Amino acid sequence: MTARTVPARPDQDDARLRPVPWRRMAGVTWRQHRIALAGVAVLLGALAVYLWIAGTSLHHAYDAAVACHPASSAACQGLDNTVSGMDNFLSNGYLLQVLPVLIGAFVGAPVLARELETGTFRYAWTQGFGRPRWAVAKLVLLAVVVTAAAGAFGALLTWYYQPFLSDNQFLGLPKTTPFSSGMFDLRGVGFPAWTMAAFAIGVLAGMLIRRVVPAIATTLVVYVGLAFAAAGFLREHYLAPLVTSGLYSNVPSNAWIVSTWWTRDGRVAFGGYPPASVLNQFCPPTSAGKGGGPSEGWGPCLVQHGFTQWTSYQPTSRFWPFQWIEGGWLLALSVLLIAATIWLVHRRAA
Amino acid sequence: MNVVEASALGKRYGRTWALRECTLAIPAGRVAALVGPNGAGKTTLLNLAVGLSAPSAGTVTVLGGRRVGSPAALDGIAFVAQDTPLYKNLPVADMLSITRSLNRRFDQPYARARLDELGIPPRRKAGKLSGGQQAQLALTLALARRPRLLVLDEPVAMLDPVARHDFMATVLAAASSDGVSVLLSSHVLAELERVASYLVLLARGQVRLAGEVGDLLSTHGHASLEELAMACLRETQTSEVTR
Repeated sequence: MTARTVPARPDQDDARLRPVPWRRMAGVTWRQHRIALAGVAVLLGALAVYLWIAGTSLHHAYDAAVACHPASSAACQGLDNTVSGMDNFLSNGYLLQVLPVLIGAFVGAPVLARELETGTFRYAWTQGFGRPRWAVAKLVLLAVVVTAAAGAFGALLTWYYQPFLSDNQFLGLPKTTPFSSGMFDLRGVGFPAWTMAAFAIGVLAGMLIRRVVPAIATTLVVYVGLAFAAAGFLREHYLAPLVTSGLYSNVPSNAWIVSTWWTRDGRVAFGGYPPASVLNQFCPPTSAGKGGGPSEGWGPCLVQHGFTQWTSYQPTSRFWPFQWIEGGWLLALSVLLIAATIWLVHRRAA
Repeated sequence: MNVVEASALGKRYGRTWALRECTLAIPAGRVAALVGPNGAGKTTLLNLAVGLSAPSAGTVTVLGGRRVGSPAALDGIAFVAQDTPLYKNLPVADMLSITRSLNRRFDQPYARARLDELGIPPRRKAGKLSGGQQAQLALTLALARRPRLLVLDEPVAMLDPVARHDFMATVLAAASSDGVSVLLSSHVLAELERVASYLVLLARGQVRLAGEVGDLLSTHGHASLEELAMACLRETQTSEVTR
């Protein structure tokens, strides 16, 4: 008996077989995610209309107040009050900071988690398009769309916040450095970069956890942790801070004060505010007048006793370098997370 | 040509082997039935054949020696998974258009005509269809891809008798008129009596019996597929108890 088996050869038509075109995934992605994308469009659109209306009147009032002469006149004071009266709930930016993570959690997390939770991955991954290509097309497309939408919204935010960051502090607007956590995340490239990072965290969480609701919750937690770490620890180290001595005199307004400390006889005496023991020794409240701030109370007193105050700060001129540094590492992180997700899709055993 | 060819194929989940030492060659042009009790490794074998999972040991090729998951393999094999997963919140028409976009071939007129026959409205969401209609929709999507091999995992387990009959009739029509090879798994033997021309019997992760139904029946002297399978499974159990 001669046993003949078909030799295991790659078929000739394998090489000629053209893959399904990438562009077909655009329609597929839209059909599957149009509700989530429409949600993003409605949310950002409604906020954009509000920002546009509020921002237009804010800019008008601001321009009028700046153009007013003489500044001390009663009429000009009235215009100033109008501007400071427009300091509404958006002004400090904290509320809008939740937007990137909302988009990331509700668009990103379900992309793979829903397929895995409902079992439809067994449909999607056995179609002719191919599993890794399916993941690449879908994730890249959604990441680009979400980031572009956030970029457009971020441009509007940048415009809206301009008056709050001007040097015209006499207008009574809250004194704000552009590095403050509300302002920095929302302006320039910060907003789209954080949105993209939130999306990338969401898709990876969805792939690892495989269930929609826990994946959304995990995305929120991880994002908040990352945002706090960036604002609290990372951002101040993007570039070495400038250092100056003297009682704030050389620190430009609007600069980001990283830290202050005092030296005496070339040695560091203490950081930040003076401890009670030092004050009692050199400048007890009775001899130091009112106490209060360093400029009027114990500050000049300590200087008289040979102390020097040092301040490290980030000048406002570094706003854009810092924006690009933050945008850069967030982009790198997003690419890494999405690539890891695609690798997991490719490797996952059913 | 063999539509599925496995050599010492094995799949392990943690410490348990869901499938071991599986060697078989299923020829083209058959309706091949993959039979065995629950947990025998049927789904594991099918997932390996369609590329949803990767083997822990051995090799498996499809459609005459093609690598599982290669473009030609993906192109030529249509798979309907257990419980026929569909995007439940999408209308039937969207399922059609998505499947069309994801494949090189899609016979839209066939799919439309088939859904018309079945009385499935294109605007209805897939999740609102009855179980039988969902199964038929999944099967229609698979057949409209004009595959060379149709793989079905427990396709009729959740269906009522009428829906089962209709579903199997569609499968048989595709097999006989279009020459589609079919590999389907089931633990309900009665369904397979009429349709299967090739049998693979799995138990506890191992192939117990494989061959043309006619040959197997005459060799082992049984009157029906059910009798043959039962006898073989009993034998397996007894031998494992005595061991």
